[in-house]
Amino acid sequence: MNRRPRAAPLLGLLAGLAWGSAGPARATVQLPEIHGFLQAHAAARLGSVDCDRETECAWPFNEQRLQLKAEGGGLEGTLGYAGKLDLVHDAALDKTDADLRELYADYNAERFTVRAGRQVITWGVADLLFINDTFPKAWVSFFGGLPLEYLKRGSDALRLDLFPDLADMQIVLARFRRDLLPDSDRFVLPGPDISGALDEPSELEASLRVSRYFGSWDAALYLARTHYRAPALNQVGGRWKREFPRLNVYGASLSGPLWSGVLNLEAGHYDSVKDRDGTDPAVENSQTRLLVGYSRQVAEDTTLGLQAYAEWMHDHDAYRHTLPEGFPERDQLRTVATLRFTQFHLHQTLRLSLFAFWGVSKGDGYIIPSVRYAFSDPLWGELGANLFVGDRSGQFGGLRDNDNIYATLRYAF
Amino acid sequence: MRHTTLTIRIAVRPLALFAAAAGPAVAQPTAEEIVARSLETFYYAGEDQRARVTMRLINPQGKERRREMTVLRKNLGSGGEQRYYIYFHTPADVKGTTFMVWKYPAREDDRWIFIPAIKLVRRIAADDKRSSFVGSDFTYEDVSGRELKDETHNLLGEEDLDGRPVYRIESVPKAKVDYVRRLSWIDRERGLPLKEEYYDVRGELLRTFTADEVREVDGHWTATRRTMRVAQSGHRTEVVYEAVSYDVGLGEALFSERYLRRPPRQWIR
Repeated sequence: MNRRPRAAPLLGLLAGLAWGSAGPARATVQLPEIHGFLQAHAAARLGSVDCDRETECAWPFNEQRLQLKAEGGGLEGTLGYAGKLDLVHDAALDKTDADLRELYADYNAERFTVRAGRQVITWGVADLLFINDTFPKAWVSFFGGLPLEYLKRGSDALRLDLFPDLADMQIVLARFRRDLLPDSDRFVLPGPDISGALDEPSELEASLRVSRYFGSWDAALYLARTHYRAPALNQVGGRWKREFPRLNVYGASLSGPLWSGVLNLEAGHYDSVKDRDGTDPAVENSQTRLLVGYSRQVAEDTTLGLQAYAEWMHDHDAYRHTLPEGFPERDQLRTVATLRFTQFHLHQTLRLSLFAFWGVSKGDGYIIPSVRYAFSDPLWGELGANLFVGDRSGQFGGLRDNDNIYATLRYAF
Repeated sequence: MRHTTLTIRIAVRPLALFAAAAGPAVAQPTAEEIVARSLETFYYAGEDQRARVTMRLINPQGKERRREMTVLRKNLGSGGEQRYYIYFHTPADVKGTTFMVWKYPAREDDRWIFIPAIKLVRRIAADDKRSSFVGSDFTYEDVSGRELKDETHNLLGEEDLDGRPVYRIESVPKAKVDYVRRLSWIDRERGLPLKEEYYDVRGELLRTFTADEVREVDGHWTATRRTMRVAQSGHRTEVVYEAVSYDVGLGEALFSERYLRRPPRQWIR
C-alpha cells in the first residue's frame, strides 16, 4: 500500500505552478512530506534485584511514542529541510516529553553541501564500537532495547561537505552535547551514586573527516577537537562537579572486500588534553584504539560479523600510582570481541539476530538476542533481551543487575 | 569476458536481422549468441537507464507488500562493468534508504547501503547473488544480470509464444546453484527473454519468470511488467517499470557515497 499522503504532491504541484508563473521557470517548491510512526516499547527486569527506592525496578522502560517526520525541499533540490519530533509518554518515569531528534536545513551545490541544525552524524566503520565516531550517544536507550536509531543523539551543528576532485571532506562545528548514560532512574549501578552539578563545555567542537575510494576500498582520515561525553567527577571546594574534559582524536579507517566478505579496519589516538601525563585519576588517560572487523554471508540470507577491538591506556603506571584506594584498577590493555549474526526468513519478514560483546580482559559480556517480524509493510514487532554476564568489575558485568527482556511494536505511516 | 560478449553482439545483430528477413535458410545464430544478445538487451540497454520500479510481493493468501524505488543504472565502458543506485520511496519505514552496487563482470560486486535513521553508510557483504532482493522472489542476479559463461546454453528450437516468434533455449549452470536447468523463451526479433523456467535437480519447476508487457522506450525494447512466480509456495512478485528513460546522462560521480547520503533530487522523484 502506498501510504504517502496523496494531498501533499498535489499541493506541491500547485505551489510549483504558482511559483513557476512568478519566478524562474525551473524553480519548484515542495511542501513537506509527513511521515512517522507510533511505537510502544517496554522492558522488564529479569531476576530478583534489590533496587534503590528511586529506581524503576520491574519495568525500567515502558513508553509510547509518536514520531512525526517532515521532509521537503525546493529549487530542484538545492534547498532541503527535515525534522523529526518525538512525543513520548514515559509511563515508567511517569512523564510526557517532546524530543526534537532532528531539525536541519540543507543547501546543496555542485561542489559542496551545507547542513545547519540538529542532525545525526555517524562516522567510522566499526559495528557498535566507536573510535572515530565521537558524536553524542544515548546508551541508556540502547541498554533498554530501544531501536538502534535511539543510540544516536543529534548534534547541534553546522556541517560543511566539500567535494573536491581528490577526496570528500566533511567539516562539523558543533555545540557540546553529552552522552546519556545509564542512571539510577532505571538502572542498578555499582558503586556510590554521586550526583554533582553538570558543567558542560560551552566552546564549539570541530571535527573533520576526509574520505576517498582507492579502487574498491574506502579510506578515511579523521580529526576531532572535542570533549569526553561521559562526565569526570571533580571535587571543587567540597562539592562534586561533573565535567567533560577536553579530548582530541586522530584516526583513520579502511574498508573493502576480502574473501567474499567485508574487512573493516579502524584506529584512533585519544589525546586526553587535561591529563596528558596520566596523573589525574578523575580524567581518562590518553588511549590508542584499534579495531579489526570482518563480515560475510555464510548462507542464504545469513550474515556473520566478527570484530576484535583493543584499547591501550597510555601512562598506566601514573594512573596506578594516583588511583585512590578502594577504586578498582583498570587494565592497561582492554580487549573486546564482538559477534553479530543475522538471519532472514519468510521473504525477509522474520529476522533473527544476535549481537554479543565479550570483554576478553575482564571475562564479562553483553548479549543481545532479538527476533523481529514484519506483520505487514507498516507494522513490525520485536522481542529481545539485554543480558549482562561475568565479572562485576568489567564494563558489561557492572550492569549485571539490569538484565531485561523487551518488546517493541511500531506502526509506520 | 564481457568484451567478448559485446563483440558477439555486434556480430550477431545484423545476422539476426538478416535471419528474420530471409527466413530459416540463413545460418542460425548459436545458443550462446542468442543468450548474449538477450543479456545485452535486458541488462545493458543504452548507456544509462532511469526507472521508477514498483515491486508487489504477493503471498499465496493474496496479502501484498510493496516496494517502490527509483533505479539508476550506468554502464561503464564496454567491459561489462556497471553501477546501480537504488532509492527506496516505500515502505514508509525504509523511505530514504539508498543502495549502491558496483558490478563487475568477473568478481564479487561492491555494495553499500545508507540507513537514513542513523545516517550510516555501510559496506555490505555481497557473496550470494542467488539471495533474495529485498525479500522478493527475484534474486540479486535476476535484478542486475548474470554471466553468459556461468551456464552452458543449448538451442532447443524456434516457436511462437503468445504471438511472438521465440527461440527456446536450455541453460545449465556450471557451478552448483539452487537450480540445475533453466528454459528461456527469447524473442527472436527483439532479443528480450519473454519467459524463463527454473528447474531443480528432481526436474521440478522452481520459479517462472514472465515478461508481461514489453514496450519500446527510447529505441530499446524494455520489459515494463515482469512477474516471478515460485511454483511450490505460490508466492509471486510483480514488477512494474514506469517512467523509464535511457541515455539521460547519469554521471559516474553519482554512484558514490556522497550521493548515497544526499540522493540526487534531479533523478529521484
